[in-house]
Amino acid sequence: MHPRPHYFHCDDLQRFPEIGENRSDLAKKFFDWYAAVFAEGALSVREKSLIALAVAHAVQCPYCIEAYSKEALQQGADLDQMTEAVHVAAAIRGGSSLVHGVQMRNHVERLGM
Amino acid sequence: MGRRTLPSLAARESPLSSPATQLARLRAVPIDREFPEALARAEHWPLRPSRLEILQINVGKVCNQTCRHCHVDAGPDRTESMSRETMEHCLRALAGTEIRTVDLTGGAPELNPHFRWLVEQLRSLGLHVMDRCNLTVLETAPHRSLVEFLAHHRVEVVASLPSVRALGTDRQRGEGVFEASIAALKRLNAVGYGDGGSGLRLVLVTNPVGAFLPGNQASLQAEWKRELFRLHGIRFDALYTLANLPISRFLEWLEGSGNLESYLQHLVQAFNPATVSGLMCRNTLSVGWDGRLYDCDFNQMLELGLQSSIGHIARFDVAALENREIRVARHCFGCTAGAGSSCGGAVT
Repeated sequence: MHPRPHYFHCDDLQRFPEIGENRSDLAKKFFDWYAAVFAEGALSVREKSLIALAVAHAVQCPYCIEAYSKEALQQGADLDQMTEAVHVAAAIRGGSSLVHGVQMRNHVERLGM
Repeated sequence: MGRRTLPSLAARESPLSSPATQLARLRAVPIDREFPEALARAEHWPLRPSRLEILQINVGKVCNQTCRHCHVDAGPDRTESMSRETMEHCLRALAGTEIRTVDLTGGAPELNPHFRWLVEQLRSLGLHVMDRCNLTVLETAPHRSLVEFLAHHRVEVVASLPSVRALGTDRQRGEGVFEASIAALKRLNAVGYGDGGSGLRLVLVTNPVGAFLPGNQASLQAEWKRELFRLHGIRFDALYTLANLPISRFLEWLEGSGNLESYLQHLVQAFNPATVSGLMCRNTLSVGWDGRLYDCDFNQMLELGLQSSIGHIARFDVAALENREIRVARHCFGCTAGAGSSCGGAVT
């Protein structure tokens, strides 16, 4: 492997299938399952792309953000909908931190006077 | 992201106003295979017409808008407009055929001074007439009575609206277009368009606002019906999703935004053999403002005339046109990508 200055390279997204060059049986299970997850179902493909976009921001995966920004547009979502999806992710992340404040309060209640 | 609409390529004397330059720019992009090869793999080469069902008449390039994706390079600064004499040639041609549908396009077809006369003549022949309407023209002072005129003559209105929100609509079509479009749709609804039972059919057409293909037509239609009614109380009958072909002003935008290569390559990769049998060039004939004939409106704008001795509507001969080969080039990948794209929306 040649030395590279960054951990993240946008070209690497296209190379995702290379993960199947070893243990292709596991990769096949993953990619088949992945395709089934994103198929039209009780949720539309567009709704799933917006959920994926939100999750991509929650897990802060640049590959996923690129892939699902494109996919959401391709599925007919617009920038207002995509921005709302990102706010949902941000709200859950922020709320998740804040709600743990109850644990803090429990500890303080137990230890304090 | 630039949001300004500019004058037409022709008015700016842009090199891209030349069809030859447009075709050369497309040829310069590295792609995996040419369109004839893709058709051959789908066992459709050479591409030939099926039964001629629709005459699409482009009555001119004059428009009150200058949309950033326009494949016609239409605008207020254009002057090309079909004459009454050429329209009479169209009417004579139609009277002798089995064609039942006439698709009027432009520019804004309503800005042709003979538009109302042409519609009356076509309807008197008992033909189904479609008007490809930009909506805002219906809100301009001299043309507000068109709403009642179109309803009276039971013309199908096929109206452009890229988004259910102002953001995407105005970016593609110009500042204030969304608001005027909503006002026009409400007036069309008021006279019975989009009612379902009235027989006054109102179709909306959406083109992507950017370098990507349209979403699933059925899914978007359901969402648009819900959202346009919830937000504005507007009803319509169907939504057509159309891809943007990489020519004219959309080509200019693709080049300027650095998206040309990836967009064309995406169209090539997304070639769908199942779209070929339903391509509009197979059942539609396109007439230019000057009466010249083409396989489609896109070939018309690229000045790729019919491969036939019948080059003008004045010499129209349906039998002689049946066995021609349809002219194709790289822009054709825009109609065969994904679910396909035609004047009637998705193909598959």
